[in-house]
Amino acid sequence: MSALMAEMVDKALKMKIPLSVQLDLTYRCNERCIHCYLDHDDHGEMTTAEIKDLLDQMAAAGVFFLTISGGEILMRRDFYEILEHARLRTFSVKLKTNGVLIRKKEADRLHSLGVESVQISIYSHHPEVHDAITKMPGSLKQSMNAVRLLRKHGIHVVIANVLMVQNAHDYQGVRALAIELGAQFIMDPTITPMMDGDRSILSLNVDQASLREVFRNEALVGNVEEFCAPPQGPGEDALDMLPCSAGHTACYVSPYGDVYPCVQFPLPSGNVRRTKFLDIWRDSPQLNEVRSITLRDMPSCSKCTHGGTCTRCPGLAYLEGNMRGPSYQDCEKSYARTGIPSDILKKMRASQAPLQLVQIQGLQQVAQDLVVAATATCPAGT
Amino acid sequence: MSGKRYVARSTAIAAREIGDETMVMSATTSTLFTLDEVGSVIWEAADGVTSLDEIVANKICAQYDIAPEVALKDAEVFVEALAKHGILLLSDEPIVQPNSLSEGTV
Repeated sequence: MSALMAEMVDKALKMKIPLSVQLDLTYRCNERCIHCYLDHDDHGEMTTAEIKDLLDQMAAAGVFFLTISGGEILMRRDFYEILEHARLRTFSVKLKTNGVLIRKKEADRLHSLGVESVQISIYSHHPEVHDAITKMPGSLKQSMNAVRLLRKHGIHVVIANVLMVQNAHDYQGVRALAIELGAQFIMDPTITPMMDGDRSILSLNVDQASLREVFRNEALVGNVEEFCAPPQGPGEDALDMLPCSAGHTACYVSPYGDVYPCVQFPLPSGNVRRTKFLDIWRDSPQLNEVRSITLRDMPSCSKCTHGGTCTRCPGLAYLEGNMRGPSYQDCEKSYARTGIPSDILKKMRASQAPLQLVQIQGLQQVAQDLVVAATATCPAGT
Repeated sequence: MSGKRYVARSTAIAAREIGDETMVMSATTSTLFTLDEVGSVIWEAADGVTSLDEIVANKICAQYDIAPEVALKDAEVFVEALAKHGILLLSDEPIVQPNSLSEGTV
């Protein structure tokens, strides 16, 4: 992050401005990726008018960075209308897509609309591996065509490589493709649980040996010695640090208008169909609770030797049952990085306790559940 | 500098007011700029049809204690610097912006 950007983020934090929002337009998709955490149905997506109104509200609230994602964003027939509206409201727009539906005409349009970047998922440079992950024959060829077309227009393309058992050794090949085409390469070694609470896809996560290999690749992590340095334990400064931007300067809005701290932190915090975006951002008890948490408030992590350097994701911790607790997946990563297991990891491995995952649901479902619970216990009903 | 000059915000930018400053990012180079309070006033007034000297007289000199000739000279340096980065358009004629982004050159 540049000094100027850090200064603006700091200012946004002090002024409680939601600088970055990820807006998912749909969960529908033309691919069926084996590791995807979403279902692919339409449970009542926001209309074009609702999304345009939300964009107006977000611009007024100070949102600058807007990530438009899905599902596959080009599955929405009104996608370009929404994108044009977002650009007229002068958001810095980043798109996440599989690129399958991007041809010359679409690349021309994206260029004319001035998007900041387009992120396309490429799982392997081998078609048989990539297509087996997306379950869509020919998808690597189509996605790579999109990368080439977008690059031809000078659009900043980010190739995202999600690491899993099936493609654990292909990231070097994908990175080489990215370099050849002048695209940025990023890699994520974490498979997260599905939004309905199903954790069967966690078995796709790569093992410790593969993680160790990735974390010792200088091209990916920079200074390996520094990146993999033994932990020193959290200092006094680290105890007051914020875990991440989720809920502080960033949030997520689902295709149904549900607001969460982050796409990976699905704590229902409000719905823009019932409450104004800025009112949710400022007053949601859930977001305010997330904002109140520092490392000092985390009973296990504040005492952990990895506390000051761990990449703990509060969303994953929430999905594992406690937003003030550890994220077992990040404990695994700290271990792979430094070779030193956290006490939490040692206990988890000793007990082999299954993770108590939270089932994610929209606010409407939460409200219905509360009504059901109240009905079941209300004496007035008897 | 003789004659009127007109300024318009490029459509190839992202921008947002953060307090009394404005964040501006070039969509073509992803370069980030922050404009201070006075710069933000000029940015906001750069509609392509109001001349720079009118902006300086009505928006700057009316609000800040500064001599008009000094303010105009500073404003010209400022808009020329932004124009070099392509985030502001400068012309001796009023600048007509496209009705939609798709029909414009960004």
